[in-house]
Amino acid sequence: MSVTASAVQETAPQPRSARVVNDFAIQVATVNGSGSQTANLVLLRSIFQMGVPVSGKNMFPSNIAGLPTWYTIRASSKGYVGRKKEVDFLVAMNPETAREDVMTLPPGAAAVYDEPLKLKDLRSDVVFYPVPFDKLITPITHDAKLRRLVRNMIYDGVLSRLLSIDMGQMEKALRKQLGKKEKAIALNMNALKAGSEYAEANLPKLDPFVIEPMDKTQGMILIEGNSAAAIGCMMAGVTFVSWYPITPSSSLCESLIDYLKKYRKDPETGKATYAVIQAEDEIAALGMVIGASWVGARAMTSTAGPGISLMAEFTGLGYYTEVPAVIFDIQRVGPSTGLPTRTAQQDILSAAVLSHGDTRHPMLLPASASECYTMAMEAFDLAERLQTPVFVMSDLDLGMNNWMSDPFEYPKKPLDRGKRLDEATLERIGEFARYRDVDGDGIPYRTVPGDGLPAYFARGSGHNEKAQYSERADDYANNLDRLARKFETARTLVPKPEVDVIRGARIGFIGYGTTHWAIVESRDQLKAEHGIDVSYLRLRSYPFTAEVFDFIDTCDRVYVVEQNRDAQMLSLLKIECSPARFAKLRSIRHYIGLPIDGRSVTTELLKHEEDRAR
Amino acid sequence: MSTEATVQPPAPGKKLNRIGLEPAAYRGGKTTLCAGCGHNAITERIIESFFELGIDPTQVLKLSGIGCSSKAPAYFLSNAHGFNSVHGRMPSVATGAVVANRKMIAIGVSGDGDTGAIGIGQFVHLMRRNLPIVYIIEDNGCYGLTKGQFSPTADLGSTLKTGVVNDLPPIDTCALAIELGASFVARSFSGDTKQLKAILKAALSHRGTSMIDVISPCVTFNDHEGSTKSYSYVKDHDEPLADVSFVPYFEDITVEYDPGTSTAVTLHNGSKIMLTKMAEDYQPTDKISALRLLHETMSRGEYATGLLYIEPDKQDFLDLLGISDEPLATLPETKTRPGQAALDEIMDSFR
Repeated sequence: MSVTASAVQETAPQPRSARVVNDFAIQVATVNGSGSQTANLVLLRSIFQMGVPVSGKNMFPSNIAGLPTWYTIRASSKGYVGRKKEVDFLVAMNPETAREDVMTLPPGAAAVYDEPLKLKDLRSDVVFYPVPFDKLITPITHDAKLRRLVRNMIYDGVLSRLLSIDMGQMEKALRKQLGKKEKAIALNMNALKAGSEYAEANLPKLDPFVIEPMDKTQGMILIEGNSAAAIGCMMAGVTFVSWYPITPSSSLCESLIDYLKKYRKDPETGKATYAVIQAEDEIAALGMVIGASWVGARAMTSTAGPGISLMAEFTGLGYYTEVPAVIFDIQRVGPSTGLPTRTAQQDILSAAVLSHGDTRHPMLLPASASECYTMAMEAFDLAERLQTPVFVMSDLDLGMNNWMSDPFEYPKKPLDRGKRLDEATLERIGEFARYRDVDGDGIPYRTVPGDGLPAYFARGSGHNEKAQYSERADDYANNLDRLARKFETARTLVPKPEVDVIRGARIGFIGYGTTHWAIVESRDQLKAEHGIDVSYLRLRSYPFTAEVFDFIDTCDRVYVVEQNRDAQMLSLLKIECSPARFAKLRSIRHYIGLPIDGRSVTTELLKHEEDRAR
Repeated sequence: MSTEATVQPPAPGKKLNRIGLEPAAYRGGKTTLCAGCGHNAITERIIESFFELGIDPTQVLKLSGIGCSSKAPAYFLSNAHGFNSVHGRMPSVATGAVVANRKMIAIGVSGDGDTGAIGIGQFVHLMRRNLPIVYIIEDNGCYGLTKGQFSPTADLGSTLKTGVVNDLPPIDTCALAIELGASFVARSFSGDTKQLKAILKAALSHRGTSMIDVISPCVTFNDHEGSTKSYSYVKDHDEPLADVSFVPYFEDITVEYDPGTSTAVTLHNGSKIMLTKMAEDYQPTDKISALRLLHETMSRGEYATGLLYIEPDKQDFLDLLGISDEPLATLPETKTRPGQAALDEIMDSFR
């Protein structure tokens, strides 16, 4: 259907009778590098400030400027923050994608668009609001570069009018976004007003979508998971950071650097109580972390899938030398360029057993910004307590998008520096043997260079309990068995899952990380639309704790929901399940590069259940 | 104290060094390298250097990669903490360790394959950072532990025992180190006891990266006719640039030298490197002249040995990072976990 052919059609869509308040998704389609991020964040923040639960998801290309990018803002009175599949309100700014963006809208949706794109005749079941952006921006500034950047604020103005978003909140959000740049604020305010005034004069409200003030975000913050993790690392007393830039993990170390600069200077000398090194690659990044940790620093790195692959050998060495290390994996699609700016939970299996040889590594699985914060601290404590590399498995959706959160609490526990040998312990145990299981928990005592206690020689798997080189069969096997015991100890120390068993429910969900938000919504859908109760266990760590197996026992069928093709967590579960439990496990997977949504989970589960009934 | 077996008991009546330790306190486990391996001679010089400088072995970090060379740290300073890392990756482990505890003295032992092939990337960046460490390449031009394959420092035209000819040019690790920013670069020969020890002692007293390439013949796989890393070839083609001697700051010795043919370099701790009988055009503080000398001697098939280049006052990596004088590794929680006010301020910024 060509644009001109359909231009004759004049029937205007009728206003919908039922208003849709605080429950819809706005999608802004722009070109990356056009400065739309400020406008999008102002929109997100304004809704948040009005007390309405909101989430923002940025779908951006691996590119600096000129490719399509979409930003979705979801308002949800019920507090759902997972992705919503259907877009209700489109802002079409990108000529390249505008037609497809419009064609994929559900009936009843609305679209603000750049007038020259002539979209309004594409659909008769969508409300169109043409806005002459170029005409409106012309009187605001003569500077062509500024025009391009400020132009996007016009749609915020239009939306403020159409969706009843408070202009005062918009201004407040803008000031928050731009800080003290008064000139820029004035310019952007003018664009906001121009949009709002244009809408008031020219765009009668024909769609049902409205934002109304609520009180559901009071006291909360809006924060990206990577910033939250950075704050957690600083509060965990990190003293050594080594990293290599990689999307979507870079912003973790970058915001950590900002915080460390501000809050971690020795008050007496003004010198840094930390070191951050941008390494030559991820191999070196983890090598440095292991070196620093070996001498007693609290050391970490942050990376994504390709970096995890490169860190394999050193992770194994960390496992066998028993050196603590904290590794953040902000998961994305890979390898190579792949889809580096799209989200996934694809590194679960590889991280769990990273490296050659028999190795198993604890993983923490944050689902929220506040867990990025708390698990950062837990990761350091666990790494030092267990003397081993610990992974924190975040993802792009969590790490790089803005999430509502309660403000973070100040840590209550002191740092756990693990089993460090001291004179008293040495006297008690008689003799220092670096890899001897003195306490029966598989965790040996550790000395560090410069502490004045006995030295040892750290090396790979070929050593006896005194850390001397050994190729003896019994030394090797004893060491491996002790390391297995240590992993059993880890099982008792890692964060426990969050469990919600519904009495009488036959089926259960197991999920983890950002998949949580889709499951929350899906459970409500299944209950409300089909009367199906589904119990739920959210994994918060690996190794699996006893609660996981108990949970499986309460269900007839357990659906493990995850964002990868190969059911990676399910595979890990199956390794440890008895045949009876094994037989109960089913899989729901989502792997399109976009965050998983509740509706997809619901649909998949119903399909499985119907197939079963047939 | 040690977990490594010390095999050689101290000889009776042995003198003590300035911190009251016997030479035996500087020894390590028994070597398992081949008899006559150049690496063992280097180990002996390392032991002597640490002993004579009176460095407390418990304040030393010894690190290595993988290969014959990288076994060496087990054979010296058994009271020092050691780390045998993965192949070619000792520089990164050393970087983390040295930055995390700036009070320790670090020595890293690598080989020509460990540095020049698999580890060239990390080597390059260690040199570039001028990390305070003594970085030794025990250079025999071949992979000993995997039975004698060529390494990237093997000279063009050099042959394997089997007759295979090396048809790629060598990487000159010294030229590379100078170019990249190492502030102390030397080449020596495992058979030159006096020169090697003087260089090692100077290197241990230098602040910054001290890179020493020590030609160290492999008696088993690379000591034959046709090899340019054999004892006989190196003896015949060793061209010392000067006689090197080292005067530590704690020895009150006045050395007479002729400024026409000699020069003295003062290190940051006050120790002096004395260079006498110097070769023409040799200026150890001039990068360009050092590189020219390396190129000229190499084109003649010779090894220019001695202190090739030194920049005694160059800022090292620790100063560049601006880290506290107290080692990062021993900072107490009160200094590493900000208070409630900091967290409150951060939380406010997200409201």
